[in-house]
Amino acid sequence: MNKSVTGLALALAAVLMLLLSPVQSKASDNDFIFGLLMVGPANDHGWSQAHFEAGKDIEKHIPGSKMIYIDKVNPADRPGVTIPFLVDDLVSKGAKLIIGNSDDMTDGIREAAMMHPDVKFIHISGDDALNPKSPENLSNLMGRMEYGQMMAGFAAAMTTKTGKIGYLGPLINDETKRLAASCFLGARYAWTKVLKKDPAALSFKVSWIGFWFNIPGVTSDPTQVAKNFFASGADVVISGIDTTEALIVADQKKKEGADVAAIPYDFQGGCETAPDACLGVPYFNWYPGYAHFVNNAKNNSWKKEWLWLGPQWSDMNNNMTSSIGFQNGKALGGDVQKQLAAFTKGLGDGSISLFTGPLNFQDKSVFLKKGETATDEQIWNLPQLLEGMEGASK
Amino acid sequence: MSKTSSKQMKKLSIDILLGGVLVFGFTALVLLIAGAPVFATLKNIWLGAFASTTKISQVLSVWVPLTLCACGLLFTFRANLWNIGIEGQVIMGAIGAMAALRIPGIENPVLITALAFFASIIGGSLWGLFAGLLKTKGGVHEIFGGLGLNFVAQGFILWLIFGPWKRPGIASMSGTELLPRELWLSTPPGWRVSIGGLVIGVSVLILTWLLLEKSMLGLKLTAIGQNPRAARLYDISPVAHYLQSIIIAGGCAGIAGFLQVTAVYHRLIPSISSGYGYLALLLVMLAGYRISLVPFLALFFAALNVGAIQLPIVLQLDSALSGVIQGCCVLSTLFIIGIRQKRKQS
Repeated sequence: MNKSVTGLALALAAVLMLLLSPVQSKASDNDFIFGLLMVGPANDHGWSQAHFEAGKDIEKHIPGSKMIYIDKVNPADRPGVTIPFLVDDLVSKGAKLIIGNSDDMTDGIREAAMMHPDVKFIHISGDDALNPKSPENLSNLMGRMEYGQMMAGFAAAMTTKTGKIGYLGPLINDETKRLAASCFLGARYAWTKVLKKDPAALSFKVSWIGFWFNIPGVTSDPTQVAKNFFASGADVVISGIDTTEALIVADQKKKEGADVAAIPYDFQGGCETAPDACLGVPYFNWYPGYAHFVNNAKNNSWKKEWLWLGPQWSDMNNNMTSSIGFQNGKALGGDVQKQLAAFTKGLGDGSISLFTGPLNFQDKSVFLKKGETATDEQIWNLPQLLEGMEGASK
Repeated sequence: MSKTSSKQMKKLSIDILLGGVLVFGFTALVLLIAGAPVFATLKNIWLGAFASTTKISQVLSVWVPLTLCACGLLFTFRANLWNIGIEGQVIMGAIGAMAALRIPGIENPVLITALAFFASIIGGSLWGLFAGLLKTKGGVHEIFGGLGLNFVAQGFILWLIFGPWKRPGIASMSGTELLPRELWLSTPPGWRVSIGGLVIGVSVLILTWLLLEKSMLGLKLTAIGQNPRAARLYDISPVAHYLQSIIIAGGCAGIAGFLQVTAVYHRLIPSISSGYGYLALLLVMLAGYRISLVPFLALFFAALNVGAIQLPIVLQLDSALSGVIQGCCVLSTLFIIGIRQKRKQS
């Protein structure tokens, strides 16, 4: 018996060695492999898909570049798997640049960057690179979505008949607070300056679900939150999360005869899930930022940077040059489209500056005095929501 | 070797062979249905788990908590208890460890880590004790009690992460703030598993073997497991031993939670248990409740877990397929065990 067990074990070992022996094909010297870690599914019609498509565009436009990727990188979907663990693997496959696409990955990317000083890292939405002590091989990239959200808020306020707008928020941090606030400022501008209505008659309510997308049993269910918004009288829901639940619920309500609409987020094709209920979508276009870093890493001209890229005002929907875009949706009325275009023009030429005082925080303390305009740093690190917004700041 | 035992061995080898064929057949079928190339899939899982020292050490970092949970379950299964609550016991161990790590004013990292270690054992054991008391005092079957307590533990950890233990300004799934570096269990350069964790895992494994196979406790648990009424005639109290076994199981699971916090995630996250409790249940069943098979099967499951990450990267397949493969393994084995028992009865 012992002999046969040993024999079996040896045979098993031999088979395993055989399997082990073929080494995976190595990339040629000219190839530049970059790895993409996505927090959600690559086909989420939202945040992660926008990154995935930018990666594909890089492969198309930068010769020799090749993407390897893994999606659903979060502890709920991949228990026991950590960021440094995945980075190890991508590096062993030849990746010279790693992109981590979620604020959720901050700690993991920093750790991995320290473990692999020869590999370059981009952490999306973070600000590690502003810290002089952070590793030199770690940069940050983000789009100035504040403008996109101002446009979303503008479109929502121009459309609402009940004067009630719901904002489906992810989790509470500096980024999400400034985006929700931008949205509110856009809405308030439309309400008071274009429609000339009483600011007190505009209700802007933020509800946070706890993460960037639904995790059953962990976050609030975004479908349920969207339904609650509509049930409590809101007729436009703006989504700040990575997936399209708000739009889907709005579409169902619309099919039941209700006059409602929604604005998804993140991805240019965000409206496609339910075009009839979609006012439009503010989206990220990661290609320009990615291309900048990939080229720098490829040409050995890398330097640690914190990039906060804005729209190309002359052509916001140009995928090669504009980091932020806004795609009008089918449900956006013709007049409103024109007004939105004028509003956008004002944002672009600086004649409309929404982060200008007088502005108070939610707790009524002063954020900006009359005539004072917020600095990038003040906007980036917005400590709480603004006066006039309902919802938690902490 | 007697004639009968050699016959038994022959039967056993046939069973193992049959099991192997079934597992492979099932797996291949699932992969084919999923449209995945069978051999490439298996090869990539293998390469993903063992192709380098880093990867092997990653497998070991899963092996340790899995083995710890399995060791704990061996005690409760021996007493014929279904300790489903093991998952919650891991969580409570992790919470215990984190609570100790957050105690202000203790500067010495060794001291505070040691405190966290014991706190994790207390956390896990207490949760085990609750399930035990529900069974012995309240007449609640341990499966239902355990499941209920798992939900409570999950709710509790979420409340802590989104509430009192949240990062300054951010309440998120990402978990609590990262522990300071000096509180991370140290790992050798290029490795991804802490030596401390490995030592703990192997020690608990040996201790479990000694207790179950070489001590009176093991004997008594076996007696209770097989016939609690008869055990009473020999002055062995089933209630006391149920509680004892489930407290030990909770302690082992608690240590797994401690390692998840101090050696893997370096913070508390909502899914801190990584499902290792449930996985260990499958593992122990697959091992036929024998400790000799536990470390190897734990290695197999850990390798499958770690290696499966290659599926989305290399083949663009969903790594959930590895879960399906695991399920196939367990079902095939249970099937074989069922056939054997039927054969015995007839």
